Amino acid sequence: MAKRPLPEVNAGSMADIAFLLLIFFLVTTTIESDYGITRKLPPIQDENVEPPVIKERNIFKVLINSSDELLVEDDLMELKDLREAAIAFLDNGGAGKENWSKWDTSSQTWGQSGKLGCSYCKGKRDPESSDNPDKAIISLKNDRKTSYNMYLSVQNELVAAYNELRNRRALELGPAAGFPDMNYIQMVANEKDVRWVGNKVKLKKVIDQVKFEYPQKLSEVQQK
Amino acid sequence: MSKFKKKKSGGLPPISTASLPDIVFMLLFFFMVATVMRTTSLKVQNQLPNADQVEKLEKKDLVMYIHVGKPNEEFSKKFGNEARIQLNDKFADVKDIKPFVAAERAARREELVPKLITSLKVDKDANMGIIGDIKKVLREENALKINYGSKQGEVQGNLN
Repeated sequence: MAKRPLPEVNAGSMADIAFLLLIFFLVTTTIESDYGITRKLPPIQDENVEPPVIKERNIFKVLINSSDELLVEDDLMELKDLREAAIAFLDNGGAGKENWSKWDTSSQTWGQSGKLGCSYCKGKRDPESSDNPDKAIISLKNDRKTSYNMYLSVQNELVAAYNELRNRRALELGPAAGFPDMNYIQMVANEKDVRWVGNKVKLKKVIDQVKFEYPQKLSEVQQK
Repeated sequence: MSKFKKKKSGGLPPISTASLPDIVFMLLFFFMVATVMRTTSLKVQNQLPNADQVEKLEKKDLVMYIHVGKPNEEFSKKFGNEARIQLNDKFADVKDIKPFVAAERAARREELVPKLITSLKVDKDANMGIIGDIKKVLREENALKINYGSKQGEVQGNLN
């Protein structure tokens, strides 16, 4: 038998097959966007424990009523002004310039210094507003009829206020630690990123300080 | 002389399509890799509101989803027009969240359980009442890490 060479396979229809598959994947694809505001719920409190007494001036009351109106400290406010008002409240530093936080060299952590002031705050230092960012608490209350849309917008603005202050503080602290032009958000992202080259121990220290100096104290009032 | 004339009469040569499969395959592979097949089919409307202080949920296997929204049209007869909870593939009540959380936890390795995040995907027209109820159950279940699902965008876009 004479050996005949195999005929070449016609690849002309390959493009058609590939197109068919391509169109299938194009149609079924939903590029998932899993973005969101991450928050932590408070654990259930023991009923026997008395809640601590907090001074009126250290609470920033935000209320969203059933018709989606925003009431801040009992005054009507537009959503766009909320971020600024929250920053002014948190960064007030009404108790002077002697810093409330201090680095404890023995335990290698940040702790209370026994003072109430805030050396890094740039607010108006109004004695009628919050003492320092650690004392300042934002209390968010909503109605059952409040729309989720409005609630998330307010939540977003309040988180933005904290982030803005933390970013500012990170830009101040960064250069000394060797991380110039890096804001808080970028620091956190870099800290998580395995591909990032740099001193992560040092970076973590800066992040911890910023976090400690502007703690996120956003409390939500349980709706009835 | 005739040599030159011959060449001119040829006109435009046809474009070779030999590399077309390669291009199409490249696109195909891109979409195959980027595709995330939906595991559940949504039975509720789920238009997420905008927010700009968002974080990305990195580890998909550590997320459990709770969808809330108005039932789609084909279900509105049976389930009404009020916002409802959807867990996995079914409509659910607030009391169903407790076993749901337990089941999700049982499906994970023990050391990963504390890292579980609950992603609340809530339609923007839903009321806070149902969300408050969900949050209360989650607190009771000690599933404290939550994430309010949102689209990236300006908050001002939510107002109208």
